[in-house]
Amino acid sequence: MTRNMNLQRLNKNNEKKVNFFISFLCLIIFLSFTFVNKGLSQANVPELDIDVTEGVVEPIPVAFPNFITKDFPSSLIASEISKIVKNDLLKTSLFRFITESTYISDVTSIDSPVRFADWRAINSDLLLVGNVSIINETITIKFRLWDVVGQNEIFKGVQFQGPSNSIRRIAHKISDLIYSGVTGEGNYFDTRIAFISERGPKNNRTKRLAIMDQDGANLNFLTNSDSIVLAPRFSPDARKILYTSYDTGKPRVYLLNLVTGNLRSFPQLPGMTFAPRFSPDGKKIILSITDNGNTDIYTLNLENNSKKRLTKNVAIDTAPSFSPDGKFIVFESDRGGNQQIYVMPSNGGSAKRISFGNGRYGTPVWSPRGDMIAFTKMYKGNFHIGVMRKDGSQERLLTKAFIDEGPTWAPNGRIIMFFRETAGVNGAPSLYTIEVTGRNLRKIELSSFASDPSWSPLLN
Amino acid sequence: MKFQKIVIFTCILFTITNCSETNGLFGKSGADGDPFANISQSSLDYFTNELGDTILFKVNQSVIEPEYRDVLNSQASWIKENSISSITIEGHADEQGTREYNLALGARRATAVRNYLVSKGVPESNLSVVTYGKERPLRICSEESCWSKNRRAITIIEGSN
Repeated sequence: MTRNMNLQRLNKNNEKKVNFFISFLCLIIFLSFTFVNKGLSQANVPELDIDVTEGVVEPIPVAFPNFITKDFPSSLIASEISKIVKNDLLKTSLFRFITESTYISDVTSIDSPVRFADWRAINSDLLLVGNVSIINETITIKFRLWDVVGQNEIFKGVQFQGPSNSIRRIAHKISDLIYSGVTGEGNYFDTRIAFISERGPKNNRTKRLAIMDQDGANLNFLTNSDSIVLAPRFSPDARKILYTSYDTGKPRVYLLNLVTGNLRSFPQLPGMTFAPRFSPDGKKIILSITDNGNTDIYTLNLENNSKKRLTKNVAIDTAPSFSPDGKFIVFESDRGGNQQIYVMPSNGGSAKRISFGNGRYGTPVWSPRGDMIAFTKMYKGNFHIGVMRKDGSQERLLTKAFIDEGPTWAPNGRIIMFFRETAGVNGAPSLYTIEVTGRNLRKIELSSFASDPSWSPLLN
Repeated sequence: MKFQKIVIFTCILFTITNCSETNGLFGKSGADGDPFANISQSSLDYFTNELGDTILFKVNQSVIEPEYRDVLNSQASWIKENSISSITIEGHADEQGTREYNLALGARRATAVRNYLVSKGVPESNLSVVTYGKERPLRICSEESCWSKNRRAITIIEGSN
């Protein structure tokens, strides 16, 4: 039985303008259910089931033999792909890889029956086997993931195909399949991060809009260092970025189309504009406008340019973020005396305060799952990244530092990226990730300072 | 050569002109005994350093403290006397706040100064405001001694009639 499903076919257009956005280049992926499950399923053997919502998880031992290859060029590609997959999975702290020298079985074909006893003998819970070939500069990778404990295949055999410049994306898609197959959580490896790359001393920082893969690869700069730029935000289709720039001397919101390179400004908006985000349908933006010293929240319809004012008072109302169903807006306001988090209907109307702990709260951002809101909390001289339910209950602080700020959610709603700024005359920001469980804090190693991350939706 | 002479003459003239507006090595050697006399009272240097172009704010506040009213009163008088037609007020915040809130707070501070100057007779149309939030700290330590200097509004003279 063979069933090929062409998932995605994106054309290469306007390459000069968009060569920074490799993710949309011509990646052709086939998921094929070519392989019949040859595993000996045994109903009574417990299946592997990892719950990432639990606080502490012992990493799963994985056997990952070298991909089978027939020639030297394929073996180079194969080793590059395995390196990326291993790096992705290791960073979850959910997996560890068993040293190859201990393997008992040789894997010569991915269709051969698996000798589960040999893999259990080296204490592996998972076995990942695959082969890589290159024909006419097209890379084909087929792989299978076996649950060695349950002795069954976690998903049917999968095949990816693409040109050589797509190997990183193919590798991340493999990581996503393994991660979601084992945890039941959504994908997040095949994604990008928009952020602000910073250089120079603290009182004369230069800032550039930058974009990279989720793992830090394929870094590209989208602006030069002439103007201060702040807080990029991805569109729901990951093809556009909203950000704030001082290009005119004042903070103003811009919309950059990553595919065409077109830059749109909004001259019809008065005063200073900042803190933009897209609506979930991508048709509107929500932002703060400061006019005559007062900062309120507005939406702007991108199709007919109509503007709607959602808050109207002398308080600071800023940092708005839509709920994923588009029905509500979470934002911060000092209307009650100091900075707190409020929720209002998406067409404005009465706002309800949801943060009631000690300290000040800012930069709320709704989880893509809709259940939680991440925020920055300032309390007793420290900053925290935290999460609460959308009604403000069950507040949990995940981090604590001199400055931890600006959370952004991975598309699966399990991981939060933010920036941490160190104190003092040499203080500088870096990007970090942490899971909503509060586990697995990790710094993203980059060659420059970095702040204001925005995690893209899943790429197509 | 004629051209060379012109260049040299221009250079000398420039140097003399320049000297007349520069402080000497041993401080201000005023002709009439006034310590500020050698700085022309219409110079930008006088505005910035003698009157003071900056006022400071308390944490998360944008209220103009009474101690800074004299500074702003002098700014207003000077701006009117010198027919300054283009003034920008920059508002800043310390690093102890989130980026968006600090942008809004800096705008509040700059606007408070603008409104004060307007109340003292500076035409509103000559004033513009910009917020830098926490993007441009003056002092870079992470202590109150620096933060207190960073919570500021600066009056910047852009041009005159």
